[in-house]
Amino acid sequence: MENKDANAFTLHSNVYDMIEIKDLHKSYQMGSNSLHVLKGIDFKVAEGELVAIMGSSGSGKSTLLNILGMLDELDSGEYHLDDVAIRNLNETKAAKYRNKFLGFVFQSFNLINYKSALENVALPLYYQKKKRKARQKKALEYLDKVGLADWATHLPSELSGGQKQRVAIARALAAEPKVLLADEPTGALDSTTSYEVMDIIQAINDEGKTILVVTHEEDIAHMCKRIVHLKDGVIVEDKKIEQVRASNYV
Amino acid sequence: MFSKDRWSEIFQAIGKNKLRTVLSGFTVALGILIFTVLLGMGNGLHNSFLTSFVDDAQNIIFVRTGETSKAHKGFQEGRRLQLKSEDLAFIEDNNIGKVEYITPRIYRGTLARYKKESGNYTIRAVSADHQHLEKTIMMKGRYLNEDDVAERSKNIVIGRLVEKDLFKNEDALGKYLNMDGMAYKVIGVFQDSGGDNEERLIYMSYTTVQLLFGNNDHLDQINLSYNMAMSTDQAIAFADKIERDFKQKFNVAPDDQSAVRVRSFAEDIKETMIILGGINLVIFIVGIGTLISGVIGIGNIMTFAVKERTKELGIRKALGASPRSIVSMILQEAMLITVVAGYLGLLIGIVLLRAIGNNLEDFFILNPYVDTGIVIFATVTLILAGLFAGYVPARRAAKIKPIIALRDE
Repeated sequence: MENKDANAFTLHSNVYDMIEIKDLHKSYQMGSNSLHVLKGIDFKVAEGELVAIMGSSGSGKSTLLNILGMLDELDSGEYHLDDVAIRNLNETKAAKYRNKFLGFVFQSFNLINYKSALENVALPLYYQKKKRKARQKKALEYLDKVGLADWATHLPSELSGGQKQRVAIARALAAEPKVLLADEPTGALDSTTSYEVMDIIQAINDEGKTILVVTHEEDIAHMCKRIVHLKDGVIVEDKKIEQVRASNYV
Repeated sequence: MFSKDRWSEIFQAIGKNKLRTVLSGFTVALGILIFTVLLGMGNGLHNSFLTSFVDDAQNIIFVRTGETSKAHKGFQEGRRLQLKSEDLAFIEDNNIGKVEYITPRIYRGTLARYKKESGNYTIRAVSADHQHLEKTIMMKGRYLNEDDVAERSKNIVIGRLVEKDLFKNEDALGKYLNMDGMAYKVIGVFQDSGGDNEERLIYMSYTTVQLLFGNNDHLDQINLSYNMAMSTDQAIAFADKIERDFKQKFNVAPDDQSAVRVRSFAEDIKETMIILGGINLVIFIVGIGTLISGVIGIGNIMTFAVKERTKELGIRKALGASPRSIVSMILQEAMLITVVAGYLGLLIGIVLLRAIGNNLEDFFILNPYVDTGIVIFATVTLILAGLFAGYVPARRAAKIKPIIALRDE
């Protein structure tokens, strides 16, 4: 297995590493007990990859994603994102890096319910201190990209689940992040809608965006280009796969 | 802080939570309204008390004499004491720098006649200083002066109603009024806010009256005002000293209450001010109390609002909102609600006070108002209150971890 890993890295050696993690550990304090969730993760993601992170619940996949997303702090180890060491960030700096480097897509969409689709997409641009006109223009551009330009003025409550997730993807992309982190993006969707969302994710990846998808669904994982299996806090399998195109199912 | 985008974010958040906003605003508006009205009423009370002093100068002291009620130093009781012209100098010389104005008063009744009109009037014989002590307002001509006193002139200053009664439509100035067979020249006509009786007086130099009505140097009363630089306590001490000096001069027992009577407003003013101070303190405490409860109300509702918006704030943080921007967003929201609602309350309060106006005069509330100082104080308090109300929930909001806020439940 170690050989396999080594091969994988050699294959990518000529490509720029967007994410680089070395010997990552993370524990949670549960009362008097310490729960060791991540037990030494070594992991690299090259620019332009589409990686599925799989594992049963409790495997540590969400914790890994949270640390990658700077939503949680690592205990020990190293984390480089786009060659920037992510370490001891205060809240302000973490917010700045999140805004600059990362786009998030969540299982439950997490749209702000009193803002229209367009306003939701424009929000990260507001925190980038872009001018109002520029925000609107760019937000509309990305809404168009996920095929929802006509729904710009609608509130999330007026959209279907698939549409909501597409708005969320547009929002994650609007800030033009280096990496897109998707936590169970299809977890709340039926399979047809799931494939539509994966189709969009594949299209974005085709344009060169680095994307990590946490999922427990095999079919979704196989629409990525590489699958990393986590079990009990360690990587048990890391393999490149033949990508299944979601467009075949749509 | 003042960016248009930030405000539109806040207005959007407020607009989506109208009920919550209205409720929290209501507590503050009510607090300020009660505060304003109470304070205004307090001022009204103050006005009402002050008007009872305005007719005469507030720093006035009256000196009168009567009969002794106790035997002292070999003198029998029931001895009649008489103030004399020299007593004016006696007061002034013993209290250098303390006396502002001083005048004697001698009263004489008279039948005054001009042409066919005549009537009974009171002559109040005084010195030039009396004008200041009585706050006499000259309508025309001049008041008595030092020369009138020195030369015992037969010049008189008559009240507005004397002119009206006797001179009808004529101008009294320069005319001669006949009193008890003698002609006096009218050199001035005055008005006085003390009422009709005051305006039916005839002023004449006290020296003239002393000469013509008995050829003596007797005075009925001495009025003086103390230097305004003196505190109320100093003024009370001053009045006490005058009383002691006269008692000594006239050989009167120190505890004789009727022989020498010195009265000043200072004590009345002091008592009134203490009572008013007490009332104002109570009003202030009640007002501040309602204000604080309003502020706590806002803080409470904002805390609840932050809890309710935990997820939204978590999303914002995940999208790159800094803790600072979250704190200032919540603070500004709290401040906006507080200031707008507070001003509304203030405005309603002021309008209410205007509407009350003098309708509550029977309850000793005259022309209630709040002054600019209070409005500025209230404004600053409101902004601080908004900051205070927003601070705790804002801190809480800033500490929200997006990872916890976004956890799927």
